Amino acid sequence: MVSRRPGVSVRARGLRRVFPGGVEAVGGVDLEIGEGAFVALLGPSGCGKSTLLRMIAGLDAPSAGSIRLVGDGAREALAYVFQDAHLLPWRSVEENVALPLELRGVPGAERRQLARHAIAEVGLADAGGRYPAELSGGMRMRVSLARAIVTRPRLLLLDEPFAALDEITRQRLDDQLRALHQVLGMTVLFVTHSIAEAVYLADRAIVLSSRPARIVLDRTIELPRERSSSIRAEPRFARELGELLRGLEEGEG
Amino acid sequence: MKPGSLLPCAALVLFLGAWEAAVWLWGIPRFLLPPPSAIVQAFADDPRALARALETTASAALLGFAASAALGVASAILLSSSRLLERAFYPYTVFLQTVPIIAIAPLLVIWFGPGLRAVTVSALIVSIFPVIANTLAGIRSVDPALRDLFKLYRASRAATLLQLELPGALPQLFTGLRVAAGLAVIGTIVGEFVAGFGEDDAGLGIRILSAARQTQTAQIFACVALAALLGLALSSAVGALGARLTRHWHAAEKSDRA
Repeated sequence: MVSRRPGVSVRARGLRRVFPGGVEAVGGVDLEIGEGAFVALLGPSGCGKSTLLRMIAGLDAPSAGSIRLVGDGAREALAYVFQDAHLLPWRSVEENVALPLELRGVPGAERRQLARHAIAEVGLADAGGRYPAELSGGMRMRVSLARAIVTRPRLLLLDEPFAALDEITRQRLDDQLRALHQVLGMTVLFVTHSIAEAVYLADRAIVLSSRPARIVLDRTIELPRERSSSIRAEPRFARELGELLRGLEEGEG
Repeated sequence: MKPGSLLPCAALVLFLGAWEAAVWLWGIPRFLLPPPSAIVQAFADDPRALARALETTASAALLGFAASAALGVASAILLSSSRLLERAFYPYTVFLQTVPIIAIAPLLVIWFGPGLRAVTVSALIVSIFPVIANTLAGIRSVDPALRDLFKLYRASRAATLLQLELPGALPQLFTGLRVAAGLAVIGTIVGEFVAGFGEDDAGLGIRILSAARQTQTAQIFACVALAALLGLALSSAVGALGARLTRHWHAAEKSDRA
């Protein structure tokens, strides 16, 4: 069932985004992300990291510079998770998760099967028939995650997806996301303003300055691939936190 | 009966009792203000004729309402398809709301001849604006993130309309339809005043006019009561349908499990 396909790599050159009215959100970003990488984009609130992610997704057009997604049918192979779950309230969990397949014309029976599989993958196997309004915030976010992975994306973009959740729920979803990455092998770009989340999740962290966003630090997180929450208490975790924090402070100045 | 409807019912009984008493106590002439008992008598005198009148008016109102729902939603979809179109034409839909229907009803008679068609068009004109305005607002207020999602998966225009915009607009669409249902009955009565049919299958509007000519005031009240009930029934039915279609939007209880 699970097919491990190569991820998509991302190449951005001199990326800039100036909004009408003159506000510069992103100011000259060069980015190279290899296939299968798990990268955290870290930066202060409102620094333009969401704009950067939207440009990579093709939802926003750069004012200057270029983005290339490398890989067969790369544009079709991406999925996006928003800050909130953004589900269709009139559709059941299963119908919500099946939506991307439906829009791509996958036939009904196959669609339902894939949707059920994705729902099970995020640990909601018996919630398929429920409606978004009946779910907790954490469950809704899981549904949103299932909707993103149902197409087996090779580039998964997440824009502060768990920021609104409580600490425990967030921790669980972080673990789930890492596990999905291990199994599915897609490239993951994860926007966050939490240093701890970036260190815990990512293999590489890119720290952005306050607006206009520029890269101030690009660091490989030196932690083992297999992580559990006990790693948060270890000195090497603290060292990574310290490095990223220094980067953030540099970017503020 | 629901407990919530007990109080309004009690208030109604009290009001009718006071009305009855006042008419008897002060000896108000019946042609000015008939007591409730006289209005009930008017129903009892010729229930057949009133039922026929109600039927005529109800079918015209339903037809007008259906036309206004269909044309209203279609116009809103059209206007929502382009900002240019909306900016160019939306201001004129306000005209539909402000035009005094009683003033253009004679025009409708000239265009459509007296009878059902003119009456239906009158109901349509009076009731279409809230449908257009609310549906358009509903489509416009669709979650931008969901629009992005549909864009990301390259959804066709038709899929975006049918799977996102229309279902997303349902709550507001039904707010509009509910208002329109009540207005359609008003538009029908006004239409009948000017363009009503002959004596055989006269609607409530015609019966009100002929009762007024003969100062059968109780008869007028009976017709007014029926027209009001018709409007209430129609808009409640539409409201119930809307609540049914959007029943999943708001949960009765939320689970806290993550």
